[in-house]
Amino acid sequence: MNTAITIDQVVKEFKVGDNVLRVLHGIDVEVRTGELTYLVGESGSGKTTLISIIAGILYPTQGNVHVFGTDIYSLSDNDLVKFRLKTIGFIFQQYNLLPTLTAAENAAVPLIAAGVPRAEAVDRARVLLEKLNIGNQADKFPRAMSGGQQQRVAIARALVHEPQLVVCDEPTAALDAKSGRRVMDLLREVALAADRAVIIVTHDNRIFDLADRILAMEDGRITSDGASLPAGHD
Amino acid sequence: MNWIALRMLTGDRVKFLGLVFGIAFSTLLITQQLTVFVNLLMRGASAVYEVPTANIWVMDKVGRTPDVTLPLPTTALDKVRGVPGVAYAVPLLRANATIRTPDGKVEGVGVVGLDDATLIGLPRVMLEGKREALAAPDSVFIDAVGANKLFGRRTNVTGIVLELNDRRAVIAGVTDATPTFTSGVILYTRYSNALNFVPGTRKRMSFVLAQTEGGLAPRAVADEIQNRTGLRARTSAEFAKDGIDFIVQNTGIPINFGITVVLGVIVGVAIVGLTFSLFIRDNIKQFGALKAIGVTNGKIRMMVAAQSALVALIGYGIGLFLAALFIWGPGDVDAFKGFYIPWQIPVISAVLTIVMILLTGVIALRSVLKMEPAEVFR
Repeated sequence: MNTAITIDQVVKEFKVGDNVLRVLHGIDVEVRTGELTYLVGESGSGKTTLISIIAGILYPTQGNVHVFGTDIYSLSDNDLVKFRLKTIGFIFQQYNLLPTLTAAENAAVPLIAAGVPRAEAVDRARVLLEKLNIGNQADKFPRAMSGGQQQRVAIARALVHEPQLVVCDEPTAALDAKSGRRVMDLLREVALAADRAVIIVTHDNRIFDLADRILAMEDGRITSDGASLPAGHD
Repeated sequence: MNWIALRMLTGDRVKFLGLVFGIAFSTLLITQQLTVFVNLLMRGASAVYEVPTANIWVMDKVGRTPDVTLPLPTTALDKVRGVPGVAYAVPLLRANATIRTPDGKVEGVGVVGLDDATLIGLPRVMLEGKREALAAPDSVFIDAVGANKLFGRRTNVTGIVLELNDRRAVIAGVTDATPTFTSGVILYTRYSNALNFVPGTRKRMSFVLAQTEGGLAPRAVADEIQNRTGLRARTSAEFAKDGIDFIVQNTGIPINFGITVVLGVIVGVAIVGLTFSLFIRDNIKQFGALKAIGVTNGKIRMMVAAQSALVALIGYGIGLFLAALFIWGPGDVDAFKGFYIPWQIPVISAVLTIVMILLTGVIALRSVLKMEPAEVFR
């Protein structure tokens, strides 16, 4: 296993009125390839802020973040956007699918954004949807699909451009236990490889047993790091 | 990405139709009102346009328009004829009178007295009767709009006897004249007849219509007429503009139409701006997701521009079509007789549409550009 992400003394502060609120207190952590890494913690613990910084969509106040060897916050804004498009796949809690595009078209969005011709992009998305067992839903609009099916489309969208890093925000929060576990199995099967990393923000304890590594956060600090949560956490 | 932008827009049918409606309604309002405004102004010059065979109008010093002048003495005609550069000059009488129709209807009319020999000043197109019929005693021609107004859309009004200022007048033909600004009934008759129909003082002649000799500039000959006769001489183009300027300066029409056009823009901006903002707000998460995935602000701008362009193009097309339908659709309606849409008006509408869509697009875009992609995780 190689190092996918290196987070070095990352601090994040937000201005709230006249006050400064520090939400991350010098985070130091490495994320390895080939692992399903969970970021868990209570609301307000800083996990969403941390994953936003890892994903290159929120500048840290201090510290460095290297993603597959690239110091992402030393890149220009445009280069950072291009880096995200090429290297990172996103899965959002509410899926954020475009309601007026079909499942296949939604899944093809990152390819289209990268300049791949539309027909080719949609064809590649269809192949991935087949792999995710929703090939028969490819021409349906999100509103005609169940939550689990929509989440699979979101997974397809996150993976269609074969990114090295996949970041997921509460991917099972809107799903029942069975669907949630199935989605996680799929993620492990499709997204994870020796040269890839998957980071999942969750507080869904129904799926904690599926993690390779769990980073627990509290008050802007990582308080535990292991294959499971220490006693007292849930 | 533009394809995705257009699918986002057209997929939300209610807002898409709302945006198209906003632009179409504004375009309709702007185009239709500007068209009516311009054509009404042009009617201030229609009396001049109806006389293509004279390029100089000579009048009293205080004369301003075909309907606002003081009569000239008959000697003025000879004076003008004696000015070098004048090929020919004829008298023209324009006066108001009252008629009574056979069914007792009383109406104010305009009487135009034309040179007996040449009939210069008579509209070119005759809908009923022949020009020669005006030679008959008591005969008058009536303009088509006036005939419709007095007798309805009858096919033949020739032969109807009118009581014109207590004198007998017989309709001998119908002319196809462009209505004047006041759209009153116009009766054309020979100058000698007109003198009998219209009582007055010694001075009865309203204008002398002159034509320059070939190759001479009308303005130069008009100056010569002014110098030699002491009368006011205007070229046809100048006098047409005088008629238009008179309406602009002496009526509230420009202000009223101007207000309507401004309202059209405001309503357009309000409807389109509100709908666009709602559309963006409803899709803000999706735009945020696109930004997080790796769509640059430049591409987002292009997406919103593509959406704006589509709405503008369809809305403008529909608005222009409806405006044309409004003007020409009713067919042979006297109120719009002779109306046309000058090419400048669609251009003005297009420019205002672009301004509207740019304004609303930029306002709607601001929230997307300001949005941090990290917000999709919150």
